[in-house]
Amino acid sequence: MKSIINRKNITRLAVAVAIWAVIALLMATGIMSRSLQSLTIKICYYVMLTLSLDLIVGYLGDLSLGHAAFYAVGGYAGGAFALYTNLPFIPTFILALLIGGVVAAIVGFLISKSILKLRGDYLAIVTLAFGEFIRSFVKIIRGLGGTKGLIGIESYSSRIVGFSLSYIVVLLVIIAIYNFTHSRYGRAVTAIRDNAIAVESVGIDIKKMKVLVFTISSFIAGMAGVLFGFYKTTLNPSDFTYNLSIEVLVMVVLGGMGSIRGSVIASVVIVALPELLRGASDYRMLIYAVALIAMMMFKSNPKLVKYTERLGAAVDNLKKSLTRKAVSDKPSSGGVSK
Amino acid sequence: MSLLKVQNLGITFGGLKAVDNLSLEIEKNELYGLIGPNGAGKTTVFNMLTGVYKPTTGEFFLNGENLTGKSSIEINRKGIARTFQNIRLFGKMTVADNVMVGLYNQMHYNLVDGLLRSPKYFADEKEFSKRADELLAVFDLYDDRDTLASNLPYGKQRKLEIARALATSPKLLLLDEPAAGMNPNETAELMKTIRFVREKFDMTILLIEHDMKLVMGICERVTVLNFGTELAAGKTSVALNNPQVIKAYLGDD
Repeated sequence: MKSIINRKNITRLAVAVAIWAVIALLMATGIMSRSLQSLTIKICYYVMLTLSLDLIVGYLGDLSLGHAAFYAVGGYAGGAFALYTNLPFIPTFILALLIGGVVAAIVGFLISKSILKLRGDYLAIVTLAFGEFIRSFVKIIRGLGGTKGLIGIESYSSRIVGFSLSYIVVLLVIIAIYNFTHSRYGRAVTAIRDNAIAVESVGIDIKKMKVLVFTISSFIAGMAGVLFGFYKTTLNPSDFTYNLSIEVLVMVVLGGMGSIRGSVIASVVIVALPELLRGASDYRMLIYAVALIAMMMFKSNPKLVKYTERLGAAVDNLKKSLTRKAVSDKPSSGGVSK
Repeated sequence: MSLLKVQNLGITFGGLKAVDNLSLEIEKNELYGLIGPNGAGKTTVFNMLTGVYKPTTGEFFLNGENLTGKSSIEINRKGIARTFQNIRLFGKMTVADNVMVGLYNQMHYNLVDGLLRSPKYFADEKEFSKRADELLAVFDLYDDRDTLASNLPYGKQRKLEIARALATSPKLLLLDEPAAGMNPNETAELMKTIRFVREKFDMTILLIEHDMKLVMGICERVTVLNFGTELAAGKTSVALNNPQVIKAYLGDD
């Protein structure tokens, strides 16, 4: 019987804690500049956004261009809750996170129900329109601040607290997504991407799976929106333009679609890049754009792909020799073929 | 009572009668062939029996239950599984995962179990990955279990499709040209495998095939289709020697 507590998972946890400790230490000692400190929080909610979109684009294989909408819905729902209630910070934070996630998930559920028959370009355009619709919608709701935005959401007491809380949420999300993709549901979803007709032929309801993925994805995007709200303390409709949806899509594609590790790395790099290039002020966006093009080109370069595959195989071998484990027993071949 | 009963099944696309008035009965544990020249409507019959197309006329029953017009999903759950003429595997998933997708409906754990990795999750996953391995071993695919399905050689892809279909534990297995693109050695091996599957799983099999050697080798009875209508039916050797059938395949003179 396998258990959740094994050596592999303990190592993983240790790595996660170590990363947190190093960053927190750099923050506390002031070695990290203020803008870099903010960057760590920004990276957290971008990682969540990318992971959530990767569920739809990378695993399910549907193109969505309106992901900013779920992010907005979650942000506004969680932000409004934080603004209009008077609880201590931590309960406010947790409840806001859940409310933002749930409201976004409900919207995601309803949207996915209505676009089940659409695929490819059509789906992309409808999700694009939906993104713009949500943005225009929050503009006209007075309770949400209209075009001026929702102002005065309680902020983190310090950047370290902000980073730590965001980091915990991201870790939980990564675990949940990893578990999902390695469950029977995740396998069914990935199978839909590869061949939808064959999935129906083995008795799996594609529509149900699509609704499930959209709901989970928008739940996570909604929570990312809440983290964003607490970080920025004001939410403005212009924070949620389709530019953001595209930016996140770039991260998903660059991360290699359907890869948790890739999504995380791509979003860290792309979010950090413009910030790290701040010194080159005038040429910042230019360098960013060129770097993006270069990454896209090299990523699919066959030689590089082969090289990374070899590298991956080498790492795997190394791991194997380190954790030399008894080879699992092979079931006896009952076949006639041979 | 026969396992599959097809009564006057027919479908029209626009003005074209793709299949007209087809009737057949397959007994339990029988190996039945559906043959005919290209464009005769064989795959269309499969598509109707698996809910991809809704028949325009007629009905079909599995174990006496009317499944006409049901969706692909329901029909599979009732016990009809199939393979495809143009292989449809989950190419970017491993061989083992392809079979695990086929086992989806037999696993019990729910979404929360999956997200939190409850003991139920581990128990189920362990049990069914063992089941998948056993199925793979039957088709001599165990050593390829971690290979991506799209990287398998052609013959093995065909076998994997059969393994995936069997994973849904059907009562009736529909094989659409299982030997297409195989060399004589592979075909001979496939014949053995099909016979073995029938015995081991007590399976009833309906297959479409062009390879006459395979059909004569393993099918007890056949139905010959031409232009959507039944040309001949009955014991394989008799039906294949029917002058009309020979004419349909080879032409006049």
